[in-house]
Amino acid sequence: MGIEEKLPSGVLLTSVEKLAGWARARSVWPATFGLACCAIELMMTGGPRHDLARFGMEKTGSTPREADLMIVAGRVSQKMAPVLRQIYDQMPEPKWVISMGVCASSGGMFNNYAIVQGVDHIVPVDIYLPGCPPRPEMLMDAIFKLHDKIMNMKLGADRDEEITELEEARLNMLPLRVSAGINDLGSEL
Amino acid sequence: MTTPPGGGETPAEEAENLPARLGEERLAAPVVRTGMFGVHGTQDTSGYGQLQVHQRPSIASEPPYGGYFDAVAQALGSALAADGSNFGEAVERVVVNRGELTFHVRREYLLAVADKLLHDPALRFEIFSGVSGVHYPDEIGQELSAVYHLLSITHNRRVRLEVRTPDSDRHIPSVTPVYPAANWHERETWDFFGIIFDGHPALTRIEMPDDWLGHPQRKDYPLGGIPVEYRGTKMPPPDERRSYS
Repeated sequence: MGIEEKLPSGVLLTSVEKLAGWARARSVWPATFGLACCAIELMMTGGPRHDLARFGMEKTGSTPREADLMIVAGRVSQKMAPVLRQIYDQMPEPKWVISMGVCASSGGMFNNYAIVQGVDHIVPVDIYLPGCPPRPEMLMDAIFKLHDKIMNMKLGADRDEEITELEEARLNMLPLRVSAGINDLGSEL
Repeated sequence: MTTPPGGGETPAEEAENLPARLGEERLAAPVVRTGMFGVHGTQDTSGYGQLQVHQRPSIASEPPYGGYFDAVAQALGSALAADGSNFGEAVERVVVNRGELTFHVRREYLLAVADKLLHDPALRFEIFSGVSGVHYPDEIGQELSAVYHLLSITHNRRVRLEVRTPDSDRHIPSVTPVYPAANWHERETWDFFGIIFDGHPALTRIEMPDDWLGHPQRKDYPLGGIPVEYRGTKMPPPDERRSYS
């Protein structure tokens, strides 16, 4: 977002990338977005037993203006969706999103009129964390994976290239299993 | 309920409170629905399909009701009589079931009954616990129901009021002039069931978004699930999946 984005691709940019990544990954301040039971596990992760403060995440502020990471913990209702998007928009760049639990990732057990079927309809998600709800260890694992992602994040011209590559890979990804879903099982039984 | 030492309930009272006896009226009522929702006709036999939902029985209790219930009914009766109406006119049915007292109030008399329940010294139901809506699509002519729970701190008593209204004319007078605490509860009941509380200061949506259409807790409101896709696998909404019956 600053001068580092303007640097030409080369040794200088990769050095700056390393430094920025190292610094960013060690001070990810989360904006907690507790919406349901996942939030209890999220609070637990911040508690003395699991202690997120060890990884430079001690400041779980209630203000999105100082936050780098949004942890969407719980099902997102249709009424909460615009609120969530507003909080996300208030966060400064660069920012990341963890979708915690199945409900935030895909709607989970709540496939009905009231719940958004996955928070990725509203905000871009970096890490999908399964579980109902995930244990604090799983959340920490997701956070470590995100730290890894942040540490190796590219800047400027390199970043543009990376985005193109990732998009290409997503478009060419093979389906997990070709099926019409659970109704298929009926005929197999 | 705790039994005081050295006797308490008579054998007849004890037998009445046994769970098997309490469900008997319901089992005698006709079956209105079998199985669970979903698609029928698949060969799947893994789930339970023997579910039988009986129609709600219409129970009416005769006095004496037992416990403090007679005192409450009597005090309400004399308070209404002082105002020129009477108990039998305002309350169409009294139900004493599972140790709880319910007055089925005609909607024209709801405000008068609520006023007496709050202000009469022998009643003094100060705490308004809430309004719940219920939708009975099978009971033609009285599909919608509003249920009010009241608690008296003075006398340590509880009473429940139930008001029925047909779906074609879903109006019930608001009790906010008597119980201001009913304000948000009535908004919620309107939001979810579409019961219009006449005289409410601002009957607007409270739970659903402001621009929502319909009243989602009604039985005729669709579940609204959508198929969810994940990397080539498509999962249909729950009411379109195979059924377990």
